[in-house]
Amino acid sequence: MTKLIAAAKQEGTLNVIALPPTWANYGNIIKAFAKKYGIKVVSQNPEGSSQDEVNAVKSENGTSKAPDVLDVGMAVALVSTSLFAPYQVSTWSSIPAAQKDPKGLWTQDYGGYMSVGYNSAKFGTITSMSQLLGPKFKNSVSLNGNPTAANAALNGVMMANLAAGGTADSIAKGVDFFHSLKQAGNFVPVQATPATIKAGTTPIVLNWDYLNTASVVGQGANWKVFVPSNAELAGYYAQAVNKTAPHPAAARLWEEFLYSQTAGGGQNLWLQGGARPVEMTAMTSDSSIDTSAASALPPVTGTTVFLTPTQATSAATYLSAHWAQAVK
Amino acid sequence: MAVAATTTAAGARPVRAGRRPSLAWLGTVPFLGYVAVFLLLPTGIVLWNAIRNPTAGGFELSNLKQLFNSTERSYFTGSLELSAASSVIAAVLGAILAYAVASGNPDGVVRRLYLSGSGVLAQFGGVTLAFAFNAAIGPTSGFLFHAGWYYNFPAGIGLIYTYFQIPLMVLVFLPAIDGLKAQWREACENLGGSTWQYWRHVAAPLLAPAFIGATLLLFANALSAYATIQAWENQISYTVPQQIYIAINSEVGLASNAGDVLALGMVVMVAIIMIGYFLLQRRAARWLR
Repeated sequence: MTKLIAAAKQEGTLNVIALPPTWANYGNIIKAFAKKYGIKVVSQNPEGSSQDEVNAVKSENGTSKAPDVLDVGMAVALVSTSLFAPYQVSTWSSIPAAQKDPKGLWTQDYGGYMSVGYNSAKFGTITSMSQLLGPKFKNSVSLNGNPTAANAALNGVMMANLAAGGTADSIAKGVDFFHSLKQAGNFVPVQATPATIKAGTTPIVLNWDYLNTASVVGQGANWKVFVPSNAELAGYYAQAVNKTAPHPAAARLWEEFLYSQTAGGGQNLWLQGGARPVEMTAMTSDSSIDTSAASALPPVTGTTVFLTPTQATSAATYLSAHWAQAVK
Repeated sequence: MAVAATTTAAGARPVRAGRRPSLAWLGTVPFLGYVAVFLLLPTGIVLWNAIRNPTAGGFELSNLKQLFNSTERSYFTGSLELSAASSVIAAVLGAILAYAVASGNPDGVVRRLYLSGSGVLAQFGGVTLAFAFNAAIGPTSGFLFHAGWYYNFPAGIGLIYTYFQIPLMVLVFLPAIDGLKAQWREACENLGGSTWQYWRHVAAPLLAPAFIGATLLLFANALSAYATIQAWENQISYTVPQQIYIAINSEVGLASNAGDVLALGMVVMVAIIMIGYFLLQRRAARWLR
């Protein structure tokens, strides 16, 4: 570890990509890493998508500005492993086996549950997805993007699907739910952002819980978030190191920092941003977890559903043929 | 120069007494270079990618069959509906407005105000326009909120498009109305023609090519608009440009070369419109000299 720190300091720079400062506390994580090790963090295209990250690795291959490390969705991670260098962090054993590549080509880092965020001053308390079809939710319900393009939106439809009694193998009931939502006049096709929430255009947003917290969307105590009890759908992002990283030691030190279980380490910093770190179970049992941040998460009690790559692909294929027709 | 060259060379041996090639064509090099880099090259790349087999390499025309799937067709229908609705409405309203402006004082403040205002508003689009509409008329204002129809396609987004289409119509149609000479009307009246007859037999036939040409321009303008509809109807693809975005950026595994195929379809559509526009402009220009 000492040798790794020395080598990383020698390199002096770390290139990261597609890490929005308000996303899962990344703004503070980057600052904390830069301060702790005195390494300059260059953040490229913070609003980019997972696909943009992989595209940048390819197009900037061999240059000093190529991204050293990636934080990508699983769909992209699984088809891009030829670009990654295997690396196992020192806390490797705390990560559940299902959430990492055996060689360490990718390792899931943090995730969350699909949730419903809403303005309780306007609507009172909401507890289930089926309520959203009611007449008081006219022009109110919005996704985070187009489900045929954005992973968060696809999972929003999948959450509706599970809540309507569907299974992870077929997203059809979720598409039917949105069809009913559109028929009821409750669906809003505008891209949900903190600005549209503030303006009242999208007062109800289906999104990952860590992107739906009051502080991320810029709302006060009236903004409530819940995970529907019959549709507990989780999704994780994954870390990977660029095989041809211009700063290989800094890249690996960054991974060590992100998976560190200390009070100021990456795992607790993600938790403070409302995301669930991958080592959460291990950290809860050895009490290294930030308990106040953990108790602020929306409660989850039932059986968690994870989409397998096959289920995600079949959902996307179904959506590409049926989504637009259902909500037009 | 040419003469001097022949006389000096004449004594030595017979040379071709031709003129030196004119270098005037050099003046068009920047323009042709611009067209090559920003029009021909991208079109070529789109064509190349559209017919290439993404996995096996080589070329195949079967990619283009995608254009005729019912899903793909629906994006073209959507683009056509939206462009037709917004361009026809904007053309009619813009033409009336242009006539009103033209019949005022040609050096007056009102005319200058309208022209500079139209120049600015014709470029006002994208996310800014979507938010401005939202704040002024949409949900935030409270006005019409419960109607909800402005999320309907193409009514809602078509209405938003007219905000930049009408000013564009005023700009492109005003020269045609200015071209109507007062003498023509006087001649018509001298011959006993009524106002209706003047419009029916003189003004309308004269203005028709310019009007249809301007409508086609608006149509192409709406066809290629992307940012406005992407901000307003983000979660549903109605138009071809929206679907091209998905084909390029999908992070759920739907990215494919369909983007290039759709883009090729757009190129063909715009080419047809522009040829029509060119023919009509040529006809209209006869009367505007």
